[in-house]
Order: sequence, then structure tokens, then C-alpha cells
Amino acid sequence: MFGLDKKDTKFLWIVIALTMLTPILLNPFPTDSGLAQFNAGYPALMQRFAIYGLMAIGFNILFGLTGYLSFGHAAFLGVGSYAAVWMFKLLSMNVIPAIILATVVAGLFALVIGYISLRRSGIYFSILTLAFAEMSYRLAYSVFTPITNGETGLQIKLDDPRVLDGAATDGALPVPGLFGLNMNSTYTVDLGAWSFDLNAGYYFCAVIAVLGFYMSLRIFRSPFGMMLRAVKSNQNRMNYTGLNTRPYTLAAFVISGMYAGLAGGLLAAMDPLAGAERMQWTASGEVVLMTILGGVGTLFGPIIGAGFIKYCENIFSKINENILHDWFSFLPDSLESVVVWFFARFVGEGWHLTLGVLFMLIVIFLPGGLVEGGQRIAAWYRNRGKSEDKATKQPAE
Amino acid sequence: MGILEVKGVNKRFGGLQALGDVNLSIKENTVHAIIGPNGAGKSTLLNCLVGKLIPDSGSVMFDGQSVLGRKPHEINQMGISRVFQTPEIFGDLSVIENVMIPCFAKRDGAFRMHAFETVAQEKDIVEQAEMMLADVNMLDKRNMHAASMSRGDKRRLEMAMCLVQNPKLLLLDEPTAGMARADTNNTIDLLKEIKEKRDITMAIIEHDMHVVFSLAERITVLAQGTPLVEETPENIKGHPKVREAYLGEAQV
Repeated sequence: MFGLDKKDTKFLWIVIALTMLTPILLNPFPTDSGLAQFNAGYPALMQRFAIYGLMAIGFNILFGLTGYLSFGHAAFLGVGSYAAVWMFKLLSMNVIPAIILATVVAGLFALVIGYISLRRSGIYFSILTLAFAEMSYRLAYSVFTPITNGETGLQIKLDDPRVLDGAATDGALPVPGLFGLNMNSTYTVDLGAWSFDLNAGYYFCAVIAVLGFYMSLRIFRSPFGMMLRAVKSNQNRMNYTGLNTRPYTLAAFVISGMYAGLAGGLLAAMDPLAGAERMQWTASGEVVLMTILGGVGTLFGPIIGAGFIKYCENIFSKINENILHDWFSFLPDSLESVVVWFFARFVGEGWHLTLGVLFMLIVIFLPGGLVEGGQRIAAWYRNRGKSEDKATKQPAE
Repeated sequence: MGILEVKGVNKRFGGLQALGDVNLSIKENTVHAIIGPNGAGKSTLLNCLVGKLIPDSGSVMFDGQSVLGRKPHEINQMGISRVFQTPEIFGDLSVIENVMIPCFAKRDGAFRMHAFETVAQEKDIVEQAEMMLADVNMLDKRNMHAASMSRGDKRRLEMAMCLVQNPKLLLLDEPTAGMARADTNNTIDLLKEIKEKRDITMAIIEHDMHVVFSLAERITVLAQGTPLVEETPENIKGHPKVREAYLGEAQV
């Protein structure tokens, strides 16, 4: 189905099911239980899962297939956000034209940056993309202030022209929507002690992310994807086989830039403002971390990586010392304060430390990322109970 | 007129004259060996033919067209394939994918964005690649990870990747360098087999005289960047100039 073989079709259905059930799966704890703070099923976070998952999928087409490590993908995210907000200001609050323009503008931007950066490979390519992204970030604060609104960030205003749906009259800022369906509208389902938020914005992002995933699946299985893997494997052989590597890498770069632009557009569609900090190098680094954490070159890895990082960012950072005191109140007072002091370094403001430790552990023990971890568990589970002479470890695909 | 005509090619690297006025003509459907001691300019000459280096002067005509100033992939598209000293294959890909890539290059040219077909749908290409693998007795290794194969198999795969494009000229850069005697003999047999099965022109750069005399129909001896003689193998043996060039390095 969908031009995929049986295994991939099944895989796609699993991904669709998981994305559609996310609001339920991520809220496993009853609302008033002590564990409710680990629930991640609230709209703003779920939207981030889908959006950054989409960005990581796109990044993986470049990094996972061709091996070119771009350190400037946040620039495309930022450009996409600005383009989308301008669409909200000038044309209409409908999200469709906004994300289309975001994708197109980011694609053109990627074409220019890629054309220049891809003259070099390896570390030089990474540095060039990093330099371009930092340049974009600085320019957004200075020269391009009329377009980006500098440090304040670009926002929608009541007196924006909005040619199609006109200026708002009731004095409230309009909300981005899809033909009348507001992105922030949420339908809350209460089931006993549980509560699930079905948010229009999340489902919009999820549908786009699934489409993005489907596209990437097709690229992975296509002759074009095979060529991209060949670029990573041996460029010399490619040249002497009659293939020009430059357009292949440029195409991969532009495609992944468009994914990032689309993600930026979706960020703006969920919350119509855009700031230059979205282009900062830390944001570029984040998508690299996501991809490596989940599993470079695997289809599903980047999505897991994105979810993992966004979960840490939003959940661990919410835990504060008071909560820790609650947890460890059973310990004797002197011991409790020591334990709380220790764990407090890893939560709240210190969540980066948790992420750093986890990242190191994963890179050292699971070079294939979280996907490799999953494969090892699956292999162990399958081999459990089988004859003992069989090797317990199966090679990760 | 040969299929490849090299006329008056010069190449300097700083103060070193790597190639000095090289003239070479390779006739269609022959196996032409280029031999010479270390530093004679064999590899430089080969790199000038495939577009890796550009000669300072002279002309290189292939099949009536100049190759000078063209990029390696353009020269390959003209019909020249190259086998490297150490096998250059796509190590991360499977064996069948390794052979399919040159098929795509031959059919679709230097670039095509076929992102919406699956590889499995390209039945012609799969079939073509499988036939090629059967030809070199590697069909049983079809789905193997290319990097995990033995060196001999990698060499065999690289040959298959070149041959599947039906090149007009196959360039081999020391195809047996560093090989054990048994592997060398296997390579010789493989090349002989290829030669019997199809009309192909081959140019071999080689150190190993055993390989040269088993395969070549014409031999050019290169010394200090200049061709000394061009002869049949029988006449090369014992040629005084050749002995002089090698200074007894190889007893021919």
C-alpha cells in the first residue's frame, strides 16, 4: 500500500497509530496522582514532539543518509517561522498558506547556503553551515530588523492588513486556524480519574509530521535514497561511476532544509511569534543531539530522539526541590538534605545535566542510539527461551 | 586510430617532470599494459586519462572526443571505467546495491531525482545487476554487506561494477597489488574470462610481470615520464632498453 512493501506499510500504520493516540499514551497517570507531573500529554508539549520530530526526520535525510553533518539547521527553522508569521500578518490567519511559504522560503535559503557550503565536506562543511546560521542569527538582530523586528521578535498585531480575513474588530488578537478551526481549541475527555487533551493544533502538526515521515520513508527506499547512502559510503567511487555527487548532496540539503522550514512554520502556527533565538547555534545543536540520541540513519530514531529531549526539557525542568523533599521525606533529615541536594542538580534548571549524562551513556553504550537499544531488547525477548547455543545478540540492522 | 589517443602530454609537479611528451595509442579490443619502474609516471598518466589530473599540455582523445577539462563522472559517462589499486566499493551498501548504482548511472546519467520509485520496482536494473553478479559468480553473496567481504571478493565486485556499465575502455590500476599469488592468479583468470566473454578494451597498469605477460597484447614501457618502447610481449622480453629501465628490478 502507498507504494511501500508489506513491512513498511505495517511500520507506517504503527507510526500513524502512535501519533494519533499520543494524547492518551502520554497521559498514563491519573490527574490527581503524585505521578501526574510525568504526564506529557498536554497540548504545548505534544505539539513540540510532532514539530521537532518532523525537523529531526528531515535532518536525518541529510545527516543519516549522506553523512553531511549540518550545524546550521536552526537557521531554516527560524526563517520558516518568520515567513509564517509574515503570512499571518499580511494574508490570513489560515495556517496552510503560512506553512507553505515557510517551506518554500526555507528551501530557497537552503539552496543558497547549501550551494556554497557543499563545496567542502566533513568538518569544513559543518563549520560553514554553523557560520551561516550564526550570521543569520546576528543579522536578524541587526540589519534585518525591519523584517524580523529585532529583539522583540515578530508578532501579529491588531492593525495588520490580513488581506483575506481583514483586521480583527473585537479587540482580541486573532488565533491561527485551519478554515475556522482554531489551533488552540482543545477538547478534553475525562475518563474516571484520567483526563486527555485532544488539541486541534497537535493533530494538525501530527498529520503533517506523519506526511513528512511517509516522504522520508519513500526517500529511504528509493534509488535516490540509495545514491545518498552511496555518497556517505564512497564519493570517489561515485564520481568514477559516472555520478555527480554535488546535485545529490544539494538536493538532500534542500529537502532537509525544507523540513526544518516547515517545522518552523508549524511552531509559528501554534504560537504566532518568531524570534531570532530560534536560529541560535544551540538550537542547531539540539537537532543534531536528537538525531544521534535516537539513532542516525534509522527511520524512527530521530522522532524518538526528539521526543526524548523535549520530554526531558519540559518534565525534568519542572521538578523542583520541594517535590524532591516530598519524594525523599521518608529518609532521615540529614540524609534527606544530602540526597535532595544531589538530585536537585539534575532537575529544574539542571535538566541539561541529566540530558548530558544520558547522552554520554547512550553514545558510549548504544552507538546506534535508542533504536539500537530497542532492537537489543527485542532480540533478547525473541531469543529468550530459545536454545541456548544460539547467539543471544543479534546484529542491529 | 586507436580508441584512446594520447599525444604530447606533459605534466609537472613543481620541479618534477612527471610526464614528458607522452604519446600512446590504445587500439580497440586489445589488452594494453603500461609498465615501468616506480615513479615512472604510470599513475599520473592514468589520472590524466580519467580527469583527476589535467595535463599541462598535449591532448587526450577518447573515441574521437577530447577528455581534457572534463570531470571524472563525465569521462565515465563517455565510456571509461576504472578499477582502483585498492578496491573502491560502497562498503556500507549490500553487494547487489553496489552493482545497481552503476546501472542507474548508465541509464539515468549523472543525476536524477528518482525519489518516488522504490528500488525494488526497478525490475530491469535489479535483473541486470543480478545477471552481472551471476557472471562473476557472486550471486550467492547478493545481500552481503560489501565491506565484510574478503579482499578478493571486493576486487571481483569492483570489476562487476565497472563491467555492468559495458565500458568501451576499462582502466585497471595495479589490480593485483599486494595480493597473494593465488589471488593474483584468480584475478588473471577473471580478466581472461571477461576478455573472452565480451568485446572490451583494457588498459592495465601493473608491476607484476607475471600478470602483464599473461594478459597483455601490447605493452608500453614507461620510464621517467616518457614511453621507452611499445611492443608485443614477445619482443619486450629481453629488450635492452627495458632491462636498463628496470635495472634488474625484475628479471623479464
